[in-house]
Amino acid sequence: MIENRKAVVIGSGPAGLAAALKLDSLGVKDVLILEREKETGGILRQCIHDGFGLERFGESMSGPEYAARLCNDGRDRGIECLTDASVMEVRKDRTLTVASGGGLLEYRADAIIVAAGCRERSRGAIMIPGERPAGVFTAGTAQAYMNLYNRMPGRNVVILGSGDIGLIMARRLTLEGAKVIAVFEIQDNPNGLERNIVQCLDDYSIPLHLSHTVTEIHGKERVEGVTVSAVDSSMKPVPGSEKFYPCDTLILSVGLIPDNTILEKAGVELDPRTGGAVVDEHFMTSVPGIFSAGNVLHVHDLADFASLEAESAAESAALFIGGKLDTGRNVKVTAGKGIGHTVPERVSGSAPFSISFRVTEQGRDVTVVAEQDGSELGRRRYPLAIPSQMLTLPVKGVSGSGEVEVRIL
Amino acid sequence: MRKNYTCIICPRSCALEAEIEDGKLLSVKGNGCRRGAEWLSSEITDPRRTISSSVSVRGGVREIVSVRLTAPVPCDMIFPIMAEIRKVSVKAPVAIGDVVIHDVLSTGSDVIATSCVLANDE
Repeated sequence: MIENRKAVVIGSGPAGLAAALKLDSLGVKDVLILEREKETGGILRQCIHDGFGLERFGESMSGPEYAARLCNDGRDRGIECLTDASVMEVRKDRTLTVASGGGLLEYRADAIIVAAGCRERSRGAIMIPGERPAGVFTAGTAQAYMNLYNRMPGRNVVILGSGDIGLIMARRLTLEGAKVIAVFEIQDNPNGLERNIVQCLDDYSIPLHLSHTVTEIHGKERVEGVTVSAVDSSMKPVPGSEKFYPCDTLILSVGLIPDNTILEKAGVELDPRTGGAVVDEHFMTSVPGIFSAGNVLHVHDLADFASLEAESAAESAALFIGGKLDTGRNVKVTAGKGIGHTVPERVSGSAPFSISFRVTEQGRDVTVVAEQDGSELGRRRYPLAIPSQMLTLPVKGVSGSGEVEVRIL
Repeated sequence: MRKNYTCIICPRSCALEAEIEDGKLLSVKGNGCRRGAEWLSSEITDPRRTISSSVSVRGGVREIVSVRLTAPVPCDMIFPIMAEIRKVSVKAPVAIGDVVIHDVLSTGSDVIATSCVLANDE
């Protein structure tokens, strides 16, 4: 039997919860959230550090508190959330098959918002050679071990990659009595927020070595050490620069990738640069009525930004349900000089919107413009533009059908 | 003396350029907001941080509950406070905001629970 719903939200992290709340406040009352874990909150549950909510609530709190605010609000409003429910398939006609404790469930929704988050790149993804002992963890796995299951991942730790979760875990491990020997980053500038370099590494005298990477893992049963090499400007290891670091644990914080296996099956067009769906300014994918927001669309720097984006997607989904979403156009947005990728990748309406993008190289006093057929839709100057930071450019509505190009002046 | 700092108040991580004389802040450049200047004057004389950790739970559906400090504490108090946090355990049920240690080591900061843990029999 197929159950009909006005809207289904996949995922109950910062994006999914915010989307469901927004739909509810816009009068879409028949919302169902699907969560594959046993509890709601997504990755926020294990992010016990401070610093969430500054953008959205104007105060600093931990991840579980941020999640609880959204969850409690949803519970008070009677928004239904099914936990322990994995979405197996999403189809073009907006029907879904869900595996739950109660068996297989079938739903049909007027709109679907996919807010399923991202996954961590693993050892396999970056192909570190060597033996395969225990003691190699992604930063998020180590975080779950410590913060959810009360297990210490190791005692003498090397961290590869300077992503924020890796930096947060350097501090967390140190506070709990482990020795964090060093953090190595293959690029020549750190990946995480500068504030996390200061309060997670510098405060605890943990060295950060840029332009270095792990080139071999040693150990039979358990990690016994890693070989670290300097890399040249093309990120190739420099022969002769190898140095052995004894350790029992290697933690990887080497990037996040959106998880879009479900959407791929639905025939949704994906953007190889973001790993997420190709969306228009309404956050609607190439399949009408299927929306995408948060880290499943493109990886955000802050949970707050994922929530805010999901709220925009929910506004569009509510309009779509009411048959009022402006989708008359099909204008491409292209990433020009110095721009890695943009979200959205196309524009369907005529109203002003915002373009999110990342630059390909670091620069100071960078001016970015968006142009269509020689006329400027938006321009903004950024005092500092770094690839690890997502930037936004507000633009006027488009006219005609010519491509919109975003580029550095 | 000129010294560079990174503001840690918010994720913008403003690069601050401070002019300091005899341990006193004379001027600051680069702060995106007022809080940056306030943070820097405290950072020079009395650097403070907040920390998060977890505490054992007795009789709960989970082994531990996440906790944090309610106010920043002097940096040299962080490890002594961690030792206090390691000593205590709480009885389920635990609710968000429950005070786990009041005024920890007389710093004026409380250790509070940041998630809830139901009791085993609930």
